[in-house]
Amino acid sequence: MFIGYFTERPYQDFDSGWVGSTGREIEDLGMTNGDYNPRIGADLYNRYLDEKVYAEEMGFDGLMLNEHHSTPFCMGGVMNVEAAILARITKRAKIVLLGNVLPIWEDPLWLAEELAEIDMISRGRLVTGWVRGTGRESVAHNSQAPFNWERFQEAHDFVVKAWSTPGPFRWEGEHYQYRYVNPWARPYQEPHPQIWIPGVMSRNTVAWCAEQRYPYIMLATELEPTKKSFEYYDEVAKEQGYEAGTQHHGYLFKVHVDETEELAEEAGRKYIAGPANPFLEGNQGQVRANLQNLPGLTSRTSLLPTVSTFAAAARGRSLVPTGAEVEAPNSDAQDQADFLGTYEEQSKKYSIISGTPKTVIPKIRHVLETLRPGSIFFWDGDGAMTHEDSMRSLRLFGEEVIPAVREMGKELDLKGPFEVDTQTNEPMEA
Amino acid sequence: MTTQTETHSETTVQVAGGSVRVLQDGAGEPVVVLHHSTGNPGWIPFYEQLAAGHAVSVPDLPGYGQSERPAWARSTRDMAILVRRTIEALGLGSVHLVGLGFGGWVAAELASMSDHDLTSLTLIGAAGIQPEEGEIADVIFYEFEEYVKLGFSSDQAYAEVFGDEAAPELKELWDFSREMTARLTWKPWMFNRQLPHLLSETQVRTLLLWGEEDRVTPIGVAQAYEAALPNATLQVLPGLGHLLELEAADTAAAAVAAHIAGG
Repeated sequence: MFIGYFTERPYQDFDSGWVGSTGREIEDLGMTNGDYNPRIGADLYNRYLDEKVYAEEMGFDGLMLNEHHSTPFCMGGVMNVEAAILARITKRAKIVLLGNVLPIWEDPLWLAEELAEIDMISRGRLVTGWVRGTGRESVAHNSQAPFNWERFQEAHDFVVKAWSTPGPFRWEGEHYQYRYVNPWARPYQEPHPQIWIPGVMSRNTVAWCAEQRYPYIMLATELEPTKKSFEYYDEVAKEQGYEAGTQHHGYLFKVHVDETEELAEEAGRKYIAGPANPFLEGNQGQVRANLQNLPGLTSRTSLLPTVSTFAAAARGRSLVPTGAEVEAPNSDAQDQADFLGTYEEQSKKYSIISGTPKTVIPKIRHVLETLRPGSIFFWDGDGAMTHEDSMRSLRLFGEEVIPAVREMGKELDLKGPFEVDTQTNEPMEA
Repeated sequence: MTTQTETHSETTVQVAGGSVRVLQDGAGEPVVVLHHSTGNPGWIPFYEQLAAGHAVSVPDLPGYGQSERPAWARSTRDMAILVRRTIEALGLGSVHLVGLGFGGWVAAELASMSDHDLTSLTLIGAAGIQPEEGEIADVIFYEFEEYVKLGFSSDQAYAEVFGDEAAPELKELWDFSREMTARLTWKPWMFNRQLPHLLSETQVRTLLLWGEEDRVTPIGVAQAYEAALPNATLQVLPGLGHLLELEAADTAAAAVAAHIAGG
């Protein structure tokens, strides 16, 4: 079992009016960085790096980072910089990037070079992961949304080739063109770092991931739909002629451990009450569905499924449709992961697990038994949680929770992608 | 293949490997109308009034409505070439070309290539050139219904055409259409820096018809077209928004008909 640690690295400014019920209006991509305080940013970047170092000391196998843009809930706009620092200041833990937003890179060769450097500096501890990004990312870096999925796939193929095929070679693709691919940096790991794909519910991403035999890491989705997505992965794997195992399934979920139940509840509530994500229940932010569901980000069919004939001319000015009613478009599933309800609701359905080791461990067991993931990430230190909240939890993870979870992993035979090769299903050397 | 409805006929032609649906009615000199980025809502009163004295053809632009998507198309210029071929496939000869909003940009691109087969050109609230002041409204920052509302001089004017809330089928059309639009224009948004230069040789008699209250395409775009085109006249309609052919079909059709007749 692979056990990782994650925090989204929220920008916490308690004087901003973005925390709690201050009456300040908050709109997605409607917040000005004129309010951003680099002094606070400096403290927070250093705090989060310190916490990662401590997480390694406490026995976590992996330190997970993620990337978002133009939003206060995640400071990882340039995640690779944090990863490069961790590569140097940590010793043992894997550096797990879940993930770089591939389609927004205009120059994925640059990404291939950065990741190869991180892999070398860490002496082979990089786990790379790639995502399509939410609408925010496409807007922030002005990436043409209808080609997001095509660009994701092409950039993936390109980076893997740049890592694993000796250059120079030429690449004349649909979205990326290079006359000379020969980066003077290659990944430490042969042929390249493991690639894990984080996601929510996008069926075509799950299918693509299963076709590649990459671990699919579900990001804090509810248990039942997560289970269904893993089942879908397994179905596709069967069609591809292999049996998917626990090594192909990963799960990120919110777990905070504390010294007393009172402290645990106080800290647990901070998951959804802080500036981490103004768009969570408990805060006042407004997600703008049109920004999350950009035109073409999720492609529709190539032909409008309904015949739009409007008998307007004969019946006056009002445009009354005569065709059958069609459903309004659904909002992006990625959005829905952010809206899991109040603290009580989320605790009830295991979306937030916060307690003492004694109460937390059985709940983690329930999650492991339900989903059977080979790799898990505990999402902690988020929202309005302070450095002290995080450090108390990390210590208890190390002293009590991780050892217990490792035992569970053995008992339930949950093997991670560093125990069983996801490409061959063969055991890997320790 | 042609089918007849209560108000108009529908025909389909093949262009560059894809089918293009065209709505048609009326008799007289041929008029071709190119719809907005939000797609063609159907046979609207504006078309009907033009069809009282002309043979009006309204294609669903390739990739919009019932016309197949040219997955390879990447620019408004690609679209202009497809429209030129659609007009040829329909056997219309020289036409009066009318473009609405984004369709106006397509029409301007088409005219910039050659204008020997255009009898007249009408650009209504057309995109395509960067205005000196302001910006062409960006659909990315609006719910698509809000974006359509922005096309009217007021919410009340919107409600008179679409009701308080538009029918689901229309919303689907708008959402579907913006995907195709985003495949053709993204950066820069809704204009082509080359276009003003290319229009300098375009002699066709052109009417620039703008709503005074146009909140989508600033009047600066009209002024830029006026400067770029050797033979253009700007007419501003007071009190109307971007979708003036929906807001005031009579006024819009009369202005276009007068321009067509003016030659």
